[in-house]
Amino acid sequence: MTMHLSILPILIPMVGGLLMLLPPFIGAERYNARRAATTVITLAHLFTSIWLVYTIVNQGPMMYAVGDWQPPFGIILYADLLSAMLVLLTSVLALGISLYSFAGTDREGRYFHPLVQFQIVGICGAFLTNDLFNLFVFFEVLLIASYALMIHGGGKQRTAANVHYVILNLIGSSVFLISLGTLYGTTGTLNIAHMSLRVAELSDSQALIAQAGASLLLIVFGLKSAMLPLHFWLPRTYAAATAPVAALFAIMTKVGVYCIFRVYTIIFGDNAGELANLIDSLIWPLAILTLIVGTIGALASPSLRTLAGNLVVVSVGTLLLAFAIRTPEATAAGLLYLVHSTLITGALFLIAEMLGQQRGKALDRFVVARKLHQPALLGALFFIAALSVAGLPPFSGFLGKLVIMQSVTLNQDKIWVWSLVLISSLLTIVALSRAGTTLFWRHAPNSGIDGEGAVSRWQISGVVLLLAASVSLVIFGAAMLEYTTNAATQLHNLNGLLNIMNLTGGGQ
Amino acid sequence: METLYVVCVGVITACGVFLCLRGRTFSIVVGLTMLSYAVNLFLFSSGRLHLDGAAVLGTSEQYADPLPQALVLTAIVIGFAMIAFVVILAMRGRADLGNDLVDGREPPDTKKLVNSSRGKV
Repeated sequence: MTMHLSILPILIPMVGGLLMLLPPFIGAERYNARRAATTVITLAHLFTSIWLVYTIVNQGPMMYAVGDWQPPFGIILYADLLSAMLVLLTSVLALGISLYSFAGTDREGRYFHPLVQFQIVGICGAFLTNDLFNLFVFFEVLLIASYALMIHGGGKQRTAANVHYVILNLIGSSVFLISLGTLYGTTGTLNIAHMSLRVAELSDSQALIAQAGASLLLIVFGLKSAMLPLHFWLPRTYAAATAPVAALFAIMTKVGVYCIFRVYTIIFGDNAGELANLIDSLIWPLAILTLIVGTIGALASPSLRTLAGNLVVVSVGTLLLAFAIRTPEATAAGLLYLVHSTLITGALFLIAEMLGQQRGKALDRFVVARKLHQPALLGALFFIAALSVAGLPPFSGFLGKLVIMQSVTLNQDKIWVWSLVLISSLLTIVALSRAGTTLFWRHAPNSGIDGEGAVSRWQISGVVLLLAASVSLVIFGAAMLEYTTNAATQLHNLNGLLNIMNLTGGGQ
Repeated sequence: METLYVVCVGVITACGVFLCLRGRTFSIVVGLTMLSYAVNLFLFSSGRLHLDGAAVLGTSEQYADPLPQALVLTAIVIGFAMIAFVVILAMRGRADLGNDLVDGREPPDTKKLVNSSRGKV
């Protein structure tokens, strides 16, 4: 059973999602059956992910040759500490948003739960695969599920945002295929580990073509992760999507960041000969600009959801900075920050909807509106999430930003990273406190409190789960940091990967 | 043969990109379709172009790389599904937004520009 463990996080939601399309679960009135099934599947997925992490911590990274076609020929799934951690993160997030959606979001359309499961298939597949074309396929799986989830619930605004989102991502898929064709044409392989060997042996003219392919690949991952010139779609899309969907999307940008980490550390890392570290000069300015533009966007946001969307852009900028430093320590710090920011931005989207349902027509916009029905509860949740996302102690954002700043060693890098991270944190605090004062303290004088829009227990349990997971990041901070350090060391250890794949240097 | 192939892929890609930059969903759907055709042709050529080369070993003197053919099949299937989705979405957008513009509304000053030039004519 342990042998097949690394494919289980893909199989469980796939089979589960398909089962939910069958008669016992389908139909508008069978929503309780779907909820029960979702709970079972998500818990099974969570359990499997924990098991996967446990196995990998004890036995080292695992390679799974699909159909027993050995590398470099077959499709290989490769589970190391990094991908196992992200799979676990995905299942925690999925459990949180599923619980939240039981409050009623899932009844706005019949296929909410199956679509969420298919999205999880795509996300976990993208984390686990070691084959570039397979990565493309899993990208498409997660994208087509996200296209449908995005318009879940319907409405003019969602359709308009979805048209942009779908068209952009379809063009992105075309670029992805072109870059894969270029890379396959020059290196003759699609296996990430094998490609890292081949890239170093290319002749000059071939290396030039491979460089074009690698740069195109950066465009694709940049589009997915909302890196600067390609981030325009994100705030609008995330603000338009219904809250649990937006919270689930919080991990989709991280899929792009993960691919940048994986591909540009392994294939085009230090050992790539002529092409070694080819995006380093690009990624610095892009990371810095992403951080700046995200922060400005956060200051200018007219509603809490747009604010959360811009904070996603800020977190992507911070992660890219951690990537740009290019040391295992910085990667470890970035991974810790990645886990934190996914959980917290997810929780913020959920809190925004809960606030919105008690403020009448104003929703979560920063305008004077009727008084909140449950200010203490929502205020406490918002307070924890805001402190955490801004990076104030004692919450996880503080820890994440601290380790990123500590991991910078060069003085000239320090100036950029320290000043940017600190200033953007300060401006984030300004934006969040402005949001908090308007939402909680400014209300129309004679607006009576009616009991409408009371927050359901499901909603609270979902948000509390995400916030508790983020708080436990701090409580087990030392263990978490040790884990991400090991994961980063594994990621930077190319020889270990090649040994597991039974690939040797110097060609076949 | 290579030159002809390259020119074809290039022209289709250029048309696809041009159409994708238009402001209405219909031309964008056509553009995306052309782009995916171009991509499929490009992917097919990544295993080099061979004449009389079967992808099965032992049936002809030289053989073609079978992997790009498998990749193209996958890409065609996925591309087809995505185009189907975007067509439906474009129709939904037409119904929900009342027009077929990508932004859901007229670009700010088109009307003014058109009207003023009409007046001059």
